[in-house]
Amino acid sequence: MDHNKKKAYLINAIAIVALYLVFFVLIQTKTMNNYFVGIAIMTCIMIIMAMSLNIVAGFLGEMALGHAGFMAIGAYSSASFSMALIDGGLSLPPIITLVLAMVVGGIVAGIFGFLIGTPTLRLRGDYLGIVTIGFSEIIRIFFINFGPTGGAAGLKGITRLVNFNNVYWITIIVAFLIFTLGRSKQGRAIISIREDEIASEAAGIPTTRYKVLAFSLAAFFAGVGGSLYAHYQSFLEPSKFGFMFSIEMFVIVVLGGLGSLTGSIISAIVLTVLPEMLRSFSEYRLLVYSLVLIIMMIFRPQGIFGRSEFSLTAFIESLIRRKNVKNSIGGGEAS
Amino acid sequence: MNLFLQQLINGLNVGSIYALIAIGYTMVYGIIKLINFAHGEIMMFGAYFAFIAATSFNLPVWAVLLSSMVIMAIIGVAIEFIAYRPLRNAPRLSALITAIGVSLFLQNLALIIFKPDPKVMPKIFPETIYKIGEIEISSTTLITIGLSLFFMVLLDLFIRKTKQGRAMRAVSEDKDAAILMGINVNRTISLTFAVGSALGALGGVLYSVAYIQVYPTMGVMPGLKAFIAAVLGGIGIIPGAMLGGFIIGMVETMTKAYLSTTWADAIVFAILIVVLLFKPTGILGKNTREKV
Repeated sequence: MDHNKKKAYLINAIAIVALYLVFFVLIQTKTMNNYFVGIAIMTCIMIIMAMSLNIVAGFLGEMALGHAGFMAIGAYSSASFSMALIDGGLSLPPIITLVLAMVVGGIVAGIFGFLIGTPTLRLRGDYLGIVTIGFSEIIRIFFINFGPTGGAAGLKGITRLVNFNNVYWITIIVAFLIFTLGRSKQGRAIISIREDEIASEAAGIPTTRYKVLAFSLAAFFAGVGGSLYAHYQSFLEPSKFGFMFSIEMFVIVVLGGLGSLTGSIISAIVLTVLPEMLRSFSEYRLLVYSLVLIIMMIFRPQGIFGRSEFSLTAFIESLIRRKNVKNSIGGGEAS
Repeated sequence: MNLFLQQLINGLNVGSIYALIAIGYTMVYGIIKLINFAHGEIMMFGAYFAFIAATSFNLPVWAVLLSSMVIMAIIGVAIEFIAYRPLRNAPRLSALITAIGVSLFLQNLALIIFKPDPKVMPKIFPETIYKIGEIEISSTTLITIGLSLFFMVLLDLFIRKTKQGRAMRAVSEDKDAAILMGINVNRTISLTFAVGSALGALGGVLYSVAYIQVYPTMGVMPGLKAFIAAVLGGIGIIPGAMLGGFIIGMVETMTKAYLSTTWADAIVFAILIVVLLFKPTGILGKNTREKV
């Protein structure tokens, strides 16, 4: 690992720990009440959802409008798993139960991603978008009709295992994994498909395999996000995972910039916190939200960050450089 | 057998409404390659305007239909002008997201203006029930099917026989060549939105009369299903949208009657997926090869 990379990791690690400490102090001193902690937890879950969707929508460049379906699969399967575990009398520490449930939720969603992705990824563009909508609607209707998970009335009595501490670190780990994916051999192969499918196929990349991989991984992380959602809300309702929720997640990714993970993170934060802040004008908030979307598409269609990533290291370096320039001008020693 | 015939008529009734809405999707897609997600909302607004015209102004039936269609045609053109035209040359994804934005905007606007509670749509058509053997057909059903067929024939004549119709076909086939032939592309696209939105509004009015309700989110599901109908028939092809609409309406009615009411929507989506996987261009679509 070269020096620059080490420095970058160090700076990011410090920033992450510092941010955590800030939240920790705010929560411990009750400056942040339960309502705000709830928003923070939902923000973390939405960050995971947006980043996972960005694997398909940003890296692979395909329109996936059924992300809520995978989230629902993850949520329901992990909730059933943890309920069975707790009913079975196994008294594991809560964090282990949560992690196991997350892994189960992620894997089940991932398997469905694989099963759905394999036939559908032959389609492209709008058609793929429509098929993913179709699948996620079928999943939702399945849960409405499926008795064992409560049907339309919803699944009640899930143990609440998620709190800010664990959801924060899980989000960090997921973010790290997805960032690493983006830079790995597989990630670069996926990005090359976005740039030009035919050219990358000619360059010897098995495009179908990588497309399915991207789709399954996105479904896996969506399942993880769904598991967290289930163990935070402790109540699941099929109507939550409708078409509009998928669109909402897609909007987050597009506004952040397709292919920019930091963009997804920031836009997930803004678009989860802002509507809560606008609660008092709740009537107009979705109106404003949709107007922002239209205006954004007309004037900055590539999203806030486009495809580039926000880098803390580069940001700090540019700050230092600017300071030096200022100092040198102030000192009158322009060379 | 009687039940089957009865369901067949119900299926035609629902199908003709889906077909009307699907035409709007397919025309817009054919001409600017955009899935106009706002079309379901145009249908909803059309229903609301008819509701207002019928309850507050007590207009006669033809005026209710006409006013709602004309207003929605104007709104459709305005939407295209404000939201879609600046993105004509942008990546298709941006235009699609704008369409989603417009759809959300219209839905929430309706929530604010009309409030979320459903309103009862008055029976705007004279109501009599005809009995043929044991089958009952209400006049509303007959009028719905008749009006839909009438406008479909009218549209077909318009597209095939008139100058504007020919311009539409030319633009959807090759925009650049159409410009070179001296066709005013902007005006043709506006006209397409006007016609599509007017038919969508008519579909909305008929839908709200059939289900006796108007509410702000009423456009979402029929919009989605009409879109499926358009894809099923081969998107961009107007007869395909009509065929697709009737098929989807029929399938939905038959599933509800014989299999399960709660699974009907899932089966509609499953059909869409199967069709797309085996014939992505739809029933009437032609395959185009991708060139490098």
